[in-house]
Amino acid sequence: MSAIFVWTETDSGAAMPLSQEALGAGAALAAELKLPLVALVFGEEAGAIAGSLAADEALVCEDETLTDLRLEPCAALLTQLVRERRPHALLAPGTIRGRELLASSAADVGASLLTEVSGVATQPDGALRVTRPVYAGKLSETAQGSPSQTQYLCLRARAFAPASPRGVAETPLTVVEAVLGEDDIVTKVVEVNPAAGEVSLGDAAIIVSGGRGMSANPAQPPADAPDGAVWKAQHGFEHTLTPLAAELGAAIGASRAAVDAGYIDYAHQVGQTGKVVSPDLYIACGISGAIQHQAGMRSSKTIVAINRDPDAPIFRLAHFGLVGDLYEIVPALTAALRARSGAG
Amino acid sequence: MHIVTFTRSTPDTAARLTVDADGSVSQGDAAMVVNPWDEYSLEECIAQAEDQGGTATVIAIGPEVHEEALRQALAMGVNAALRIDDPELATADSIGWATVAAAAIPRLDEVDLVIFGKEAVDVGSDQHQIQTARLLGWPFIGAVSRILELDAARGRLRVERSLEQGKQVLDCRLPAVISVLKDVNEPRYPSFMGIRRASRASIPLWTLAELAAELQKPLSRQLKLEEPPQRLAEAEMLSGTPAEQAGALIERLEKEQVL
Ligand SMILES: Cc1cc2nc3c(=O)[nH]c(=O)nc-3n(C[C@H](O)[C@H](O)[C@H](O)COP(=O)(O)OP(=O)(O)OC[C@H]3O[C@@H](n4cnc5c(N)ncnc54)[C@H](O)[C@@H]3O)c2cc1C
Ligand SMILES: Nc1ncnc2c1ncn2[C@@H]1O[C@H](COP(=O)(O)O)[C@@H](O)[C@H]1O
Repeated sequence: MSAIFVWTETDSGAAMPLSQEALGAGAALAAELKLPLVALVFGEEAGAIAGSLAADEALVCEDETLTDLRLEPCAALLTQLVRERRPHALLAPGTIRGRELLASSAADVGASLLTEVSGVATQPDGALRVTRPVYAGKLSETAQGSPSQTQYLCLRARAFAPASPRGVAETPLTVVEAVLGEDDIVTKVVEVNPAAGEVSLGDAAIIVSGGRGMSANPAQPPADAPDGAVWKAQHGFEHTLTPLAAELGAAIGASRAAVDAGYIDYAHQVGQTGKVVSPDLYIACGISGAIQHQAGMRSSKTIVAINRDPDAPIFRLAHFGLVGDLYEIVPALTAALRARSGAG
Repeated sequence: MHIVTFTRSTPDTAARLTVDADGSVSQGDAAMVVNPWDEYSLEECIAQAEDQGGTATVIAIGPEVHEEALRQALAMGVNAALRIDDPELATADSIGWATVAAAAIPRLDEVDLVIFGKEAVDVGSDQHQIQTARLLGWPFIGAVSRILELDAARGRLRVERSLEQGKQVLDCRLPAVISVLKDVNEPRYPSFMGIRRASRASIPLWTLAELAAELQKPLSRQLKLEEPPQRLAEAEMLSGTPAEQAGALIERLEKEQVL
């Protein structure tokens, strides 16, 4: 039996939003190729999570070795399932774990993996033809796999519509056994520090980003601040951008200049050497829009730029431009949104 | 302690690219640079080898253009460089590439650790490092933000990695393969002496025959590259006082159903 497999990454007892996108993409392929859609769910609460997924079947494994979704036990199990059931295609979200897992299993079975896939179409012989951005989004590549082997695809975040929720019926579950025992696994998890309370950049629908311009904060640093510009920028991220982000339910992004100057942690960097994002709305504040920054946010649906330099390159990419001081415009925007939600 | 890293040249990240009639990419007279993600893996490789009194080796797989990256790595302080090339590699897919990388490692003097960058900024496939580890049968830990312990004598490695969900500390045995992100260090600039040494260094070239590596037939192929459609519309500039600008923006975003 052949099928479309979707490895469904979970986090805190639920399928991640990017996994729902992979299930959505998988459902479309399964319908076109008239194949069943099979969700693969590993780790804690896999059964409970899988029961509500929009799939024809779910293969679940709750073995303790899979709790932290370590690469070795996940890859060994995935490879065994691919060998046993020979799915037509295997999809996964383009998260760090999704990519590591598919790359490892593809190496095990000698299959080809295409990553950062932003579009996929089926060919008459069952080959999958994909499009993916390359050269930092400056070019688009079309590539094709071969139906002679399971075709492995890692999907770009927010490029596919999430799966529509399932009706009342529970997804039929098949419990599978882990392949490796704890003694066969050489990586051990010593500590886990979840990122608490922050909206993650990768699946955020709205992102508010700050750049070097954040240091133009009129607030006065205390006398004992070691670096006035850094204090001003950090204060601005916290007291000017964060309230806007909170009003919008947005994640906070940053340019590399802001990260390198120590205004904010690297986890927030958007761009060629940071994260690649495609939210519905991207608001760039005090960011000039260098090509390397564009590489990370070019595919956002609506781009708003707030910059005091009318010639900043970001205005050539933006849909809406607001020329002026971000320390005047952002608070005005936050206040107007508050008034709007208060009135609504 | 012997640490190996891989790198190659990529087009300058600000280069304007065009696709020629025959489908090949041209970058005008823009320079090639060390793949930007590899600045961090090179630095980590050199710094860890220095710390431990060990050796750092850098490998590029592919045509001569990658020697520029190797010389840059030598100038930064890598002890030895090596290039592997073969006509057959031109059409290899990532498994083919990893087969070659995994065949080369055992031919070097006892390797304890292999460090990669996140991805090559041009093709961005982000899988070579993982598949190399898999074919070697060595553990792989990606997205490393800090090496907390590296002990070749006891064969131990402890690292911190950054996932979308937060940070993790992992232990594993050596030899191992890791990939590092930008927050792992601040890359050094090559010294004047380093640049001189690098320009004189001879870089050995290995072929597939010497590695006794056999490549499987590639299972995926590139059909075409094209320039994505340009957006024609210009930004709508919203003027007025900050409050007016804010009001106008909200109105537009509501109309576009973004809000
Ligand atoms: C290999 C390589 C990789 C790179 N990777 C990345 C990457 O991943 N991400 C990234 O972002 N960059 C990256 N860069 C750096 C990139 O080239 C730029 O240097 C960087 O993006 C600039 O950041 P910025 O726009 O915040 O700063 P600047 O270019 O200095 O721009 C600051 C802007 O703020 C505006 N401004 C100042 N004060 C105010 C105010 N009060 N109100 C409104 N506007 C104001 C100014 O008009 C200006 O346009 C990379 C560079 C290289 C070479
Ligand atoms: N031909 C090559 N020679 C040496 N290193 C490479 C080559 N291709 C990719 N790499 C490195 O492998 C890592 C992952 O790259 P990729 O899988 O191509 O995105 C990066 O550190 C790259 O620099």
